[in-house]
Amino acid sequence: MIYVVIVFLWVALLLYLVMGGADFGAGIIELFTSTKNKSRTRRIMYNAIGPIWEANHMWLIIAIVILFVGFPVIYATMSTYLHIPLTVMLMGIIARGTALTFRNYDAVHDNMQKVYNKIFVYSSFITPLFLGIIAGSAVSGRVDPQATNFLDAYIYSWLNWFSVAIGFFTVALCGFLAAIYLIGETDDDAERKGFIRKARIMNVAAVVAGSVVFIASVKEKIPLVQWVFGNIIGVAAVSAATISLIVLWYLIGKGKRYIIRVLAGFQMTMILLTTTYRHYPNIIILKNGGHLSLLADQGTEKTIQALGIALLAGSIFILPALIYLVWSFQQKPEQADGDVHGH
Amino acid sequence: MAARSQMALSLGFHIIFSCIGMVMPFFMAVSHFLWLRTGNPIYQNVTKAWSKGVAIFFATGAVSGTVLSFELGLLWPTFMKHAGPIFGMPFSLEGTAFFIEAIALGFFLYGWKRFNRWFHWFTGVVVGISGLLSGILVVAANAWMNSPTGFDLINGKYTNIDPVKAMFNPAWFSQALHMCVAAFAATGFAVAGVHALMVMRKQNINFHTKAFKIAAIFGVIAAILQPLSGDISAKMVAKRQPAKLAAMEAHFETKPYSPLIIGGIPDVKNKKVDYAIELPGMLSFMVHDDFKTPVKGLDTIPKRDQPPIAVTHYAFQIMVALGMLMMGLGVLYLIALWKKKSWFDKRWFLRLFVWATPVGFIAVEAGWTVTEVGRQPWIIQGVMRTADAVTPMPGIHYSFYLFTAVYFTLSLAVIFLLYRQIKMVPEIYDNPKPVKA
Repeated sequence: MIYVVIVFLWVALLLYLVMGGADFGAGIIELFTSTKNKSRTRRIMYNAIGPIWEANHMWLIIAIVILFVGFPVIYATMSTYLHIPLTVMLMGIIARGTALTFRNYDAVHDNMQKVYNKIFVYSSFITPLFLGIIAGSAVSGRVDPQATNFLDAYIYSWLNWFSVAIGFFTVALCGFLAAIYLIGETDDDAERKGFIRKARIMNVAAVVAGSVVFIASVKEKIPLVQWVFGNIIGVAAVSAATISLIVLWYLIGKGKRYIIRVLAGFQMTMILLTTTYRHYPNIIILKNGGHLSLLADQGTEKTIQALGIALLAGSIFILPALIYLVWSFQQKPEQADGDVHGH
Repeated sequence: MAARSQMALSLGFHIIFSCIGMVMPFFMAVSHFLWLRTGNPIYQNVTKAWSKGVAIFFATGAVSGTVLSFELGLLWPTFMKHAGPIFGMPFSLEGTAFFIEAIALGFFLYGWKRFNRWFHWFTGVVVGISGLLSGILVVAANAWMNSPTGFDLINGKYTNIDPVKAMFNPAWFSQALHMCVAAFAATGFAVAGVHALMVMRKQNINFHTKAFKIAAIFGVIAAILQPLSGDISAKMVAKRQPAKLAAMEAHFETKPYSPLIIGGIPDVKNKKVDYAIELPGMLSFMVHDDFKTPVKGLDTIPKRDQPPIAVTHYAFQIMVALGMLMMGLGVLYLIALWKKKSWFDKRWFLRLFVWATPVGFIAVEAGWTVTEVGRQPWIIQGVMRTADAVTPMPGIHYSFYLFTAVYFTLSLAVIFLLYRQIKMVPEIYDNPKPVKA
């Protein structure tokens, strides 16, 4: 049963990275869109993610619940030593979620819209940045339960070049995902070209940020190169991601909107696989060389049993409904329901 | 202390957002049903207007809930390390229920023209039911903190963990019932109050009267049933948490014919309550069903295990008083219905409901204070002290200031938004063509 739980945890993280990531990315794209195109981008984005955005963010809750029920020691360690980035991320989540809802449900359309937009785009940037920082910190070996002073325990646990580089890498990935997703959401040729250009920029940004991650890992003496390329799965996953990226760019001009989405999702899967495989079952690497492991630090058997059953039962209800939701709103992607905006 | 304040604040806000988010879908479903049955477009407009309220409250409830799921660990890592595996069951189910709610809401809000009308209505009902389920599950988790079961504590180690037993702890039913009924009463009165105000202002009278009636009937029925669930809850508290009950009643001395103390100012030093009304034997009767059997007083509880008496007592008195007020108003409403009196356009009648707008939520907050403060100094009743559970990180009060600022901003934003929604009712729903401002 523990493996069922671990798979759920991994899948929840992946789906959050892909679905939630595309969602954050939409805000990031908006941030980097010229003012005159902003409202069009916004409209396309809203039609695309509106119905499912609440669901996209549930994956984070699922992951966190799995952690605190099944792996309380890991949860407690993370929330103690990464308190500050987690708090910043939470602020981002609050600001983003409410700003998105408010701008759609404010009955009066006036200057407040500008405020909502500002909050929305900046929090769309900050939230995945800190999400990446948290993920980077988990494996950077800076979390130090033996630390005796505030800076070592609560600041340097996450504030280092490596974690921050991963943060920016995550942001670029989100932007890339969103651009790829939005390409398929518009029928207007000029708009599509715009999104393709955005996807290209984000792709370059991701490659740059990825390289910085490697450079930072050398600087911070984290054996990242060995982690990624020191095993067959890592090499295979990186190669598969690279090949699929080439295929994606080949297909993008041909207007294959579904295939490119699948390919982009595939790349995320490979990235997450590479980054988690080498450490598995370890999830947090501590400064003293020790680590917290999904297998060694799990909750009691009965809890894991119950959790696994709850997750399986839950997915029977959730998955079909979610798939139907996504499917039914894909049918007529361009038809907006007038009552939401009153336009 | 800052950690406690931050948690109390977060929960205090979350409880309001989520109560409304949990109950309003039911109002919406009723109005939607009436529209589908009668074809009266006013009901459709009411449904749409409410659905926007639901969307706003769902989003704020969802983000404040996400924050809480992290805050549990951010503020109480030691508590979560031990308690997580025991009382995590309802949380994992709650995740599922909440997920379903989010999906159903997606269908409902964006599906006005896409789906079969009754399927669309059904998704709205699912929003309500799954919301209610999440509420029950979360309260079940809180009930476990009041009546911990499903594990053995041997030499400081938590063993024999049984998460299912922990979920169905003795207090889960009474607490969940009391909370759900409270949510209906509070939201019913709050929503009804707002619409009553609009009727008084002679705006869209038809629209607001219909909305008022739907919301009020929910509130009224819940308010009248609430004392029953309160009685069940009180009996449970007496059995599992005598210290809490004693503090609620400011009941210092264990003796036969224990009195029910109403109001008053507890004088903790001299162990008496000044200026209170005492009804001899009534407390014994309420707890044990006879007038004689003594009820455990604070004298049986060591000083270091006593909750803050004054706060618990006042909060409890406020809750009961406001509950009674709402019940009275509820009876009045039923009389109006029964006698077919035309009170519904009388100003005094509407004014009563306008005044009652915040009453339900004040009672909810007071009740929440009773159960949380009344459990102190324990975070898990009789097992773990709150002081032992808190995060070791220094400077937590900065976090408290930050969250305070965020929640106040959020509340102001929600109020602002609702105000604008209501203000726009004439323009959106009266004209044949919607006007964009």
